Amino acid sequence: MAHAFLLLVRRDLRIALRRRGDVLNVLVFFLVAASLFALGVGPSPELLRAMGAGVVWVAALLAAMLSLPRMFAADLAEGTLEQMLIAPQPLGVLVAAKIASHWLLTGLPLALVAPLIGLQYQLPADALAVLLAGLLIGTPVLSVLGAAGAALTLGARGASVLLGLLLLPLYVPVLVFGAGAVLAAQSGIDAGAQLALLGAFLAVSCVVGPLAACAALKIALD
Amino acid sequence: MIFSYAAPQAFYPVAGRMVPWFAWLAAILAAGGLYVGFFVAPTDATQGESYRIIFIHVPAAWMSMFLYLVMAGWAALGLILNTRLSGMMASAIAPTGAMFTFLALWTGSLWGKPTWGTYWVWDARLTSELVLLFLYLGFIALKAAIPDPQRADRAGAVLALLGAVNVPIIYFSVVWWSTLHQGASVSLTRSPTMAATMLTGMVLMALAAWMYSIAVTLLRLRAIIRSREGDAEWIRISAGK
Repeated sequence: MAHAFLLLVRRDLRIALRRRGDVLNVLVFFLVAASLFALGVGPSPELLRAMGAGVVWVAALLAAMLSLPRMFAADLAEGTLEQMLIAPQPLGVLVAAKIASHWLLTGLPLALVAPLIGLQYQLPADALAVLLAGLLIGTPVLSVLGAAGAALTLGARGASVLLGLLLLPLYVPVLVFGAGAVLAAQSGIDAGAQLALLGAFLAVSCVVGPLAACAALKIALD
Repeated sequence: MIFSYAAPQAFYPVAGRMVPWFAWLAAILAAGGLYVGFFVAPTDATQGESYRIIFIHVPAAWMSMFLYLVMAGWAALGLILNTRLSGMMASAIAPTGAMFTFLALWTGSLWGKPTWGTYWVWDARLTSELVLLFLYLGFIALKAAIPDPQRADRAGAVLALLGAVNVPIIYFSVVWWSTLHQGASVSLTRSPTMAATMLTGMVLMALAAWMYSIAVTLLRLRAIIRSREGDAEWIRISAGK
């Protein structure tokens, strides 16, 4: 099972590396969206510092959302997904591999680029560290719940817009705790509690998300 | 056995007979509740007459949350037992739930203007109610976007359950968020003791909202059954009469 998992992750990463544009576009979107907020509200440092964490997190949610329709759609179109479903390995392995490669290709790069945006928003160094830590804990949630959303909208009309409507409300706790941790650090409060809550939400999502994704894949390919 | 009514064909006429009863009950209870609310209940000492919107607002807020759970319950039943009627029931409940959520938000903001001085406050309850509205809309949109009704029912069921698990987490995260951000400018100072007649009016209106929900859900369920099974012979026979 571990072998199948690694094989699937390696396959997805290799495909992504051959089509580097798809991965880079999400990152560029993230940077552009985050910069637009500053253009919208003006360059006052106090204002930017107050909203920096929220802007980074909202832009990360939207960027992750943009990349989600591709999670299963290409495999469905070429018929690979059906073969994976009838493979002897449990469906959970496939879903876990898809989640892992989605995070490696979207969540991880987003988290690593985010401190740059934080600098644009005048965040101090300790807040940047908390921002990075929060994104490293929180972006896996986006992939885990995102897998369920991507599987649910397989074959639906207007899947990419629909995904936002389905998933963004479910992402509310990630946004609240992730941005809240940075705000706490900025006002000199220990951010540990918020990061712990973010971790707890990740744990719950890891139980619920893959289950829902498996059920949804079975429904989509019924 | 109750399971014999799980077939749309068997439930269709039963639902038709139940609708008028629940509709009349809703009308009578609402008339009584509105009378008590507007003519019997005393004027509130701190809020004046504007508090009277609670006779609509509170039942709507209750129903909005309760109906989501009922919807998720039917969805779970449909997934477990694979009954066709359950998915239709969930579809029939969703618009009513969304309507009550919207009504709760709307009346809440109308009450907020004279009381808080603003139509919208990012208060924990308002915000979580707004997220609940988004969850309802997502459910309705997902069902509408999947052409095959059976698949739409089951995908919608998975989404409803995912939402039901998340609702408490979202609620607590929003409570946390609003205590973190909100200054002391706004506080919900509802008087702790409520006159008995106010409570009577509210309970009557809540019961009316229940009866209305049942009547409308059953009516919508009949429409869904007809549109999905319109080609079946039994529908043509019952429509022909």
